[in-house]
Amino acid sequence: MESNGITKINGKGVYVAGNDIDTDRIIPARFLKCVTFDELGPSLFFDERFDTEGKSKNHPLDAEAHRGAEVLMSDANFGCGSSREHAPQALQKFGIKAVIAESFAEIFQGNSTTLGIPCVVMEKPLRQMLAKIIENEPEVDLTVDLNAMQVICANQIFPITMKESSREAFLAANYDPLDTLLQANDAIKVTAQRLGYI
Amino acid sequence: MESPVGKNLYQKVWDGHVVQKLDSGQYQIFIGLHLIHEVTSPQAFGMLRDKGLKVAYPSRTFATVDHIIPTDDQSRPLKDDMAEQMIRVLSDATIEHGIEFFPPESGSQGIVHIVGPELGLTQPGLTVCCGDSHTSTHGAFGCIALGIGTSQVRDVLASQTLAMDPLKVRRISVEGELAVGVTAKDVTLHIIRTLGVNGGVGYAYEYAGSTISAMTMEERMTVCNMSIEGGARCGYINPDQTTIDFLRGKERVPSGADFDAAAEKWLSYASDADATFDDEVVIQANEIRPTVTWGITPGQAISIEESTPDPELVEGLEKDLINDALGYMKIPANTPIKGTKIDVAFLGSCTNGRLSDFQAVAKLLPGHKVASGIKAIAVPGSEKVDAQARALGLHEIFEAAGFEWRKPGCSMCLAMNPDKLVGDEVCASSSNRNFIGRQGSSTGRTILMSPIMVAASAIEGKVADAREVFGLK
Repeated sequence: MESNGITKINGKGVYVAGNDIDTDRIIPARFLKCVTFDELGPSLFFDERFDTEGKSKNHPLDAEAHRGAEVLMSDANFGCGSSREHAPQALQKFGIKAVIAESFAEIFQGNSTTLGIPCVVMEKPLRQMLAKIIENEPEVDLTVDLNAMQVICANQIFPITMKESSREAFLAANYDPLDTLLQANDAIKVTAQRLGYI
Repeated sequence: MESPVGKNLYQKVWDGHVVQKLDSGQYQIFIGLHLIHEVTSPQAFGMLRDKGLKVAYPSRTFATVDHIIPTDDQSRPLKDDMAEQMIRVLSDATIEHGIEFFPPESGSQGIVHIVGPELGLTQPGLTVCCGDSHTSTHGAFGCIALGIGTSQVRDVLASQTLAMDPLKVRRISVEGELAVGVTAKDVTLHIIRTLGVNGGVGYAYEYAGSTISAMTMEERMTVCNMSIEGGARCGYINPDQTTIDFLRGKERVPSGADFDAAAEKWLSYASDADATFDDEVVIQANEIRPTVTWGITPGQAISIEESTPDPELVEGLEKDLINDALGYMKIPANTPIKGTKIDVAFLGSCTNGRLSDFQAVAKLLPGHKVASGIKAIAVPGSEKVDAQARALGLHEIFEAAGFEWRKPGCSMCLAMNPDKLVGDEVCASSSNRNFIGRQGSSTGRTILMSPIMVAASAIEGKVADAREVFGLK
């Protein structure tokens, strides 16, 4: 378990536009044949980035200016579809450390939280302004600040929101709940007996 | 003091399974039934190993293989090395940790969401989890049934619990009698079309009303299966006599007096008459027509009598979404969806791969042939479904009509096995997702519909109205 909480993420931004970007687009199902998640990074958004011959479709993730981007921005209902953790795993292995969107699919948001990737919500007009900055000054860092609940970029402040329980978990470094869950071993047993499971 | 307000099923099941409230504000919830498969679970065992942990309650987890299993040649080792390795890793883990595994040729293998109910593992009042979003299927029995990620699969294996935020509950009442040719699949597509693909975010859906009450368990499973496509984390239906009758005699439920006691308990989980809900929606059954998708999300759906949308009538992002979807689908705007040429017809999946789905189609097929040039496959959802269908001779009816009758698995629903679209083929599909590239080709196109609509479309070689093709009145 990490000893320090996640309070700030600094990095270049990249804007992947679109509503309802589903988990099959984030990582197409044919890349899910694996017994570990280690090799998923290069397959991120594969069919959006490359055509059927493998030629680049000039996706923002492949633009020279956005190389090494660590904060991905998108639109509404990001990560809808499957519960497969392969989607946030692929983002993380690719190097994405935080996601900004108008809204998130619930399971995706939960999976990302467990992996330590904050999913923060920013209103549309602000995202449009931020998208312009990312486009015009791609080398400028964004700071996603979970303490102040804002993104700072090019000396401008963009307020954000996120699920409070996730925010607490990032700040307290217990976004991976397993150790906490295991501490309740006795109470788990009592519950299991009360419900007749054992 | 007794609470003056009744509880809904979600609240009853949730309250019963709370272990404790966590500092983060979330709750630790005990999981009654955990189902695992080869795509999302092997990695979780690796995570356990890294932490030196064991499976806490191995008798509450059951495993099968479904996503990657071929539906033609299942002989081992599988031709696909990685698929073979995924099965091996899962199989070895179940042996190491003492978990019951239903492998191919065990007689009980199949799509995990078909296996649980048909064995009677899925019972009212349970919390059910699986590393697969269509776990919502099990809600048909009155369960809180949730799709989870692999780290959560790890959490359940290690502790039999999950850290969760409680959901709000929306009651969706469907009232009245469905018209001829309108099925449970049309009901669920209609609900998603009405409420949107993210309309359910933050909610559990309770499906209620006279239309739902009149449904068989298999129809109810179809409805609950697609809750996730409407953005809801789960969906459920209150247990009633239909539920009890379905479970009686199933392999993993008690028998005799124990069954009667269990049945009484199961019925008690149903929402109280004075239960309250965070939101309520009423849908009239007579407004529902056979429904098909035209775009790249399950919410982009219209009735078979309608035309594709006209992007010129809307503004902004909505216009872009329609244009993008029509562009990908290579379908013109403002044009009847009926008559759209198809290449492939797929019957199966956890949405519509149960015995009654094949029975409904087999009743209509005699005297009809799949159009020439159309690849049509019928894939039973489990070995049990396959055996029951064969015993009734259904496979022969399908084969006589020009369908291939395959071995059980997820098949072309998600193309992690050899069943895939090629190039920009169009598939009339009884599955649950029409996402870009979903069926295995990055340019492949999916049109979701009910099993009888898939059959009608296969016969016509284009999107067709089952009511016309089969003369349903």
